[in-house]
Amino acid sequence: MSKLVDKEIVAKKMPSRIIRNQIFKGLFFLSTLFGLLVLGVLFYRIITQGIGYIDLDFFQNFASRRPENAGIKAAFIGTIWLMVVVAPVSLILGVGTAIYLEEYAKKNKFTSFIKLNISNLAGVPSIVFGLLGLTIFVRAMALERSVLAAGLTMSLLVLPVIIVASQEAIRSVPKELREASFAMGATKWQTVLKVVLPASIPGILTGGILALSRAIGETAPLIVIGIPMFVAFLPKTIMDTFTVLPMQIYNWTSRPQAEFQDLAAAGILVMLVLLIVMNSIAVFIRNHFQKRY
Amino acid sequence: MPRGNDKEYSVQQMIIEKRLKKKNHFNFEKLIPGLLLLTAVLSVLTTIGIVFTLIFETFIFFDRVSIIEFLTNKKWYPFSATNASFGIMPLVVGTLKITGIAAIVAVPIGLATAIYLSEYASEKARRVIKPILEVLAGIPTIVYGFFALTFVTPILKQMIPSLETFNALSPGIVVGIMITPMVASLSEDAMSSVPRSIREGAFALGATKLETTIKVILPAAVSGITASVVLALSRAIGETMIVSVAGGSTPNASFDVTSSIQTMTAYIVQVSTGDAGYQTTIYYSIYAVGMTLFLFTLFMNLFAQFITRKFKEEY
Repeated sequence: MSKLVDKEIVAKKMPSRIIRNQIFKGLFFLSTLFGLLVLGVLFYRIITQGIGYIDLDFFQNFASRRPENAGIKAAFIGTIWLMVVVAPVSLILGVGTAIYLEEYAKKNKFTSFIKLNISNLAGVPSIVFGLLGLTIFVRAMALERSVLAAGLTMSLLVLPVIIVASQEAIRSVPKELREASFAMGATKWQTVLKVVLPASIPGILTGGILALSRAIGETAPLIVIGIPMFVAFLPKTIMDTFTVLPMQIYNWTSRPQAEFQDLAAAGILVMLVLLIVMNSIAVFIRNHFQKRY
Repeated sequence: MPRGNDKEYSVQQMIIEKRLKKKNHFNFEKLIPGLLLLTAVLSVLTTIGIVFTLIFETFIFFDRVSIIEFLTNKKWYPFSATNASFGIMPLVVGTLKITGIAAIVAVPIGLATAIYLSEYASEKARRVIKPILEVLAGIPTIVYGFFALTFVTPILKQMIPSLETFNALSPGIVVGIMITPMVASLSEDAMSSVPRSIREGAFALGATKLETTIKVILPAAVSGITASVVLALSRAIGETMIVSVAGGSTPNASFDVTSSIQTMTAYIVQVSTGDAGYQTTIYYSIYAVGMTLFLFTLFMNLFAQFITRKFKEEY
């Protein structure tokens, strides 16, 4: 009775406790494997289904009602056009905001309001950005269904990603670097431009590439602003209409014929390869250029 | 002074030039914070733009369809020429069905993954598995939609013969798969931030890893875990392409998961790809539906932020 620990009871319970630990460890591991398994199945399915359609013609042909003639020329070039608008707009706005918040903003209510606002903006469903784009860019500013209207909508959508990534990159630049620059007589802006930004460029670029890959795969906002899915020409200026890869894939997926489903798989394959290349570049930049202070 | 051109500079000229430069510099230096503030304000303007756009167009919609009908009517037949009815309920039920199924998939698997990565996995395993989960999180949703329609639905059909081609089950499961990495990675962050010393304390008392995890780590990280689940479910509510591709377009308020449904997002897609003219009642209805969707996700995001701030454990 006076014993604090009854060794017999502990010894009796120990094996079952250890076994239970092992069983759950296995369960947790299996759950982790589930995600990897799904990824494997997904890639396997899409590669086996789509690889047969990928040849030079697939990149050189426009969309067609006959599956054997259909290609992704308009969608592929359109995606590049979209990037031409999204990359500069979102980078300038995002990095500017990040510099303001990290280097210039005073700690007051307004600043914390901006921060709260950015984190809430990140949680707004992408389709709601489409409604914003439809009202403001397509109707009010009369940009119609142009590359520009779509690009501006997408830029606003990915803005929070770039802001947060740039903020983290700027924050990781040590204070000593700034102080040294000030001590040399540099002004605040000179310090930001020539010391802080160069040191945080790898982080900013990584975030920028991830944001762009998000923009490449987004479909919903473009559907809402009315970007067409069946386009047989290329845009000449940013005021022309166009289509992008995920729109083309959506169009093929929603057709009942099996051939179009295979085409969709081929389109997905092209898009995934593009995304993997971009992500690899991001990882490469992160691993090779990012300094740890 | 080495200069690139062969112009002669008098010292006085140089001083004047330098002074001028300094003056310009001064102005520039003052201009910069204003310009940067402008970019920061733009993100606020985006939010204001979203809110005002939704409110403005929704009000026009409520001019034509009463808000009471919108909230209480149990039928959503917007395209009926003679007997159109706009009751949001079926769309909300469709959305919640998808979210519920997604939660059933994502919460246990996501949590178990987080526990494995944070408590059991070796540093090496973690370094391999985490990037793969990031890839899973970065796959465009249209790809998941394709996967749901052409892979998951046929498999489910073999198990449940009465399953319709478009149903709630398949997209629900796939949305769950989509948000699993989000639950896993955010929960793992919460669990990893529980300090080592607390774990060691439990081990020193003779607890197994499982006991430590369930009785010490999970309670300590509960706020972060809850926030991760709420954020992930808010993502599931706003998910568009998976449900548009594999969920169908039949708004109904039943809780049957084998039949075709329509979510709020899928309705907006249906109208946007259809030929409803500008300024028709149907055109304005997508803003009312968008507003409902926006409110749902906004409250969930604010709730998640509230939990993290209110119940933050400081060590």
